[in-house]
This record gives sequence, C-alpha cells and structure tokens, in this order.
Amino acid sequence: MDRIRAAVEDNPVVIFMKGTPQFPQCGFSSRAAQALAACGEEFAYVNVLEDPEIFENLPRFANWPTFPQIYIKGELIGGCDITLELLQKGELQQMVKDAVQSARSGTEG
Amino acid sequence: MNTDGDRVARIRARLKEALAPVEIEIEDDSARHAGHAGARGGGGHFNLRIVSARFAGLSPVERHRLVYQALADMMPAEIHALAIDARAPAETAHQP
Repeated sequence: MDRIRAAVEDNPVVIFMKGTPQFPQCGFSSRAAQALAACGEEFAYVNVLEDPEIFENLPRFANWPTFPQIYIKGELIGGCDITLELLQKGELQQMVKDAVQSARSGTEG
Repeated sequence: MNTDGDRVARIRARLKEALAPVEIEIEDDSARHAGHAGARGGGGHFNLRIVSARFAGLSPVERHRLVYQALADMMPAEIHALAIDARAPAETAHQP
C-alpha cells in the first residue's frame, strides 16, 4: 500500500495498467494510455502485470476493482471509460496540464 | 447450458436490485476479447448502459463505484471487464 501511495503522490499523472504504453496487454489499458498520451505531457505508468503486490492491493486502495486506474494530482479520476469521456470533452487535457504545471512549480520552490 | 446468458441475467438482477434503473442494457462482449493476455482466468467482458435516478449529482467515479459494489461478488472471477455508461435520467438524450 505504501508503494501505491508513493506512486500516486509522487507523480502528477500516473496510470496503473496491464502492460506498458508501448506494449499494452489489454485494450482498455491501451486506450486509456493513448488518451493520456494525447494530452501531450509526460505521465508515469506502472505495469501491474509485472508487480503482483500492486496488482493485488490496488483495487482495495481505491475501492475500484478493475484496471486501468488513472490518477491525477493524487486522485483517482477513473478507468478507461471515464478517461476517454474526459478526453472527448476536452477536460482531460486541462487536468493533465494543470497537474504537470503545479508539480513543476512545486519542485522549483 | 448457456453460462454467458446466465451471467448477463445475474448482472441485470443485481443492478436492478441495487440501483432501480429506469433503463438497462447489457451486452456480452466476451467473444471479441477471447485469448488476449488480460483475459486469462475466464471472466467475461461486458458493456453496460444504465440509467438510474441514484446517479444524479454523483461524479463519474462515484457512479462506477456503485455499479462495481452491486457486482462485487462477481468480480473478477466472472466479470473481467465492464465498460460502463452510467447516467441520471435527466442526462439521457431522449426524455421520458
């Protein structure tokens, strides 16, 4: 649980997914990672298939039973469906940019 | 024996009981995903469209959690993945 919390808090944008953005192992993870990539900022990822401990504990951490899970500014924003919906509305881009910018200004201070 | 049809029926029954939807559509999409790495273990893929007054005023995350909670005992053994479109009655294109 500590490692999950660290991943969520240390990265402005992080996706817990099956596989990697380059080699996704599940269609839902693939589409969610593409949505984040479309926002044009860097984001962190955790491949849950290679980390049994996180795979096991993440559903309890967020009270959310499926993968992928996308966190922005430490908060679960949803899985694949919600992420794609936010992208279509143009809201995801703004959320990602805000998160990355406030993380940058935070580390400079 | 049709286990897939049975699964859809049980998903529908649980959601009806928990969320009293005014509209509910469940599509079994398992065949399209058979054999990919994430599908090991036999759980199905389903697409759900659900309209319920319970969703009014809730965020998308909260709506999905309500759906997942209603189906908790079927996940992940029987439901591997669930695409969810959850709306409140006022958000549907066609008003009753």
